[in-house]
Amino acid sequence: MANNTQAAPAASAEAQRSRSGVILVVIGLALLILAPFFLYPVFLMKLLCFGLFAAAFNLLLGYTGLLSFGHAAFFGGAAYFTAHAAKVWGWSPELAILLGVAGAVVLGLIMGAIAIRRQGIYFAMITLALSQMFFFFCLQAPFTHGEDGIQSVPRGSLFGFINLNDTMNMYFFVAAVFALGLFCIWRIVNSPFGMILKAIRENEQRAISLGYSVANYKLAAFVMSAAFTGLAGGVKALVMQFATLTDVQWQMSGEVILMTLLGGIGTMAGPIVGAGVIIALQNFLATSNIPVTVITGLVFMICVLLFRRGLVGELADSKLGRMIGLR
Amino acid sequence: MTMVFGVPIQALMGQLLVGLINGSFYALLSLGLAVIFGLLRVINFAHGAQYMLGAFVALLALNWFGLNYWFALILAPLVVGLFGALIERSMLSRLYKLDHLYGLLFTFGLALTLEGLFRWQFGASGQPYAPPAALTGGMNLGFMFLPIYRGWVIVFSLVVCIAVWALIEKTQLGAKLRAATENPTLVQSFGINVPMLLTLTYALGAGLAGLAGVLAAPIYQVSPLMGTNLIIVVFAVVVVGGMGSIMGAIVTGYLLGVAEGLTKVFYPEASNIVIFVIMAIVLILRPAGLFGKEA
Repeated sequence: MANNTQAAPAASAEAQRSRSGVILVVIGLALLILAPFFLYPVFLMKLLCFGLFAAAFNLLLGYTGLLSFGHAAFFGGAAYFTAHAAKVWGWSPELAILLGVAGAVVLGLIMGAIAIRRQGIYFAMITLALSQMFFFFCLQAPFTHGEDGIQSVPRGSLFGFINLNDTMNMYFFVAAVFALGLFCIWRIVNSPFGMILKAIRENEQRAISLGYSVANYKLAAFVMSAAFTGLAGGVKALVMQFATLTDVQWQMSGEVILMTLLGGIGTMAGPIVGAGVIIALQNFLATSNIPVTVITGLVFMICVLLFRRGLVGELADSKLGRMIGLR
Repeated sequence: MTMVFGVPIQALMGQLLVGLINGSFYALLSLGLAVIFGLLRVINFAHGAQYMLGAFVALLALNWFGLNYWFALILAPLVVGLFGALIERSMLSRLYKLDHLYGLLFTFGLALTLEGLFRWQFGASGQPYAPPAALTGGMNLGFMFLPIYRGWVIVFSLVVCIAVWALIEKTQLGAKLRAATENPTLVQSFGINVPMLLTLTYALGAGLAGLAGVLAAPIYQVSPLMGTNLIIVVFAVVVVGGMGSIMGAIVTGYLLGVAEGLTKVFYPEASNIVIFVIMAIVLILRPAGLFGKEA
């Protein structure tokens, strides 16, 4: 590609983009390390969990073009599995989280296998209905303790020697999981596999005619997204030290859609920005008597009507964004 | 005591009745969703909120203006329909050119906002709404006791469903609607105001939800969140029926209501999820739904 003289400007733009990408990642990492010294760590940990959740969701919506309305099942389900393993079975945190991820993968396989039989709006409705079914299961299953949820989950010691009851230890563990999760998602999106996912998003019929078994790719993307969502859910259960029905409720699926939409569908940074804005907003509104849903609903409507590319998408397309080479 | 499959007949009939009542609401709501989807290609997530709105119109009309149930039965669909028309005209119509998912997301935001506003104003707890005097009391059918209001809901919703079906399948206006579904550009070139048809359709669907809300007010309590979980069950009903036909939506609504009622008799633990299980099975065997046409 670089051999061609006409491609030279494109190549330099590419280099510019990767250079500014590196700078952004460095800034992001620095923020990740410095933030707990200035802001309330539990708030930050919650934000990181939801950021990872939204990024995992974006893997499906942004890069495969599938709108799932059932991700609460993976998030809340993994939270339950992790909390149960850590509290009742006394597993160490890393194993408990792995169990949460495994549970989310199994759920993802079952839900995905059924849901990918239909496209578009139907896919959204089917995932919604299946996750609601899982919600009723959680409401009745004895190990979730119904309305009470699983309370006072012990954080334990990571690998047996890092005490996670120390807030800073916990923070850096969550930050490491977050960074690793994001790196994996970035690798997936930029791999040949990710290219095929984008091809499916752009034109499913063409991808089929090129010989790709689209159903398998979709299912794989769905399960991967469920796995990272489970990772976020499991970590969140240890951070907040509880797992309740709130996380499996379908409103949670709506929330993660909003985070992704607000930040920018199909951008790496968007979901994290969106999660930050929404979590901060919820924190801020928790003390006022206006129900959060009024504000989130309005933000939803405004996003859909006025800026569908989201905050990061709009910024990347603006003059400033082009100058620093976001696009 | 007469027993059927080891279950007292009273219990069986009682749950069958509950199933038919629920089925009436599933049918009315999925009919509205199917009408809107047929023409607008929008999944109206706000349908549950509009159902709630209908119930609140009835309640507030009674509390504020002393208007009784029979007025509410006419007033609520009009108010909710008008509200729907305003939303469609001012905002929803801008999204038709885009991916259909944006319509779903927009109405989802609308539902959150509406339910949040009502919860803010009226609190989350339910408020009772008395059925009209003419419909109180019950009838002894020999094998069971039938509260008259419940019988009324079943008969009335059936009549409304058939009337809407006839409106769409048998009248001039319905023919225009169906033509506009097939090819809006061509229909517009015949001088028919297609955007107006779209607005009317959304208003009709929303009005149906409002009507269901009034019918539901004396049975369930009037609360801001009464439509929140119901709408998801109705989505499953719609997936089972397939979006293809109006009649399919109605029939599936009643069938699944009864199936849910029977599950309550034979295996109560599963009654919450039976509709979703049926949905999964139907999707595996017949991905297009029971009455769906598209592959």
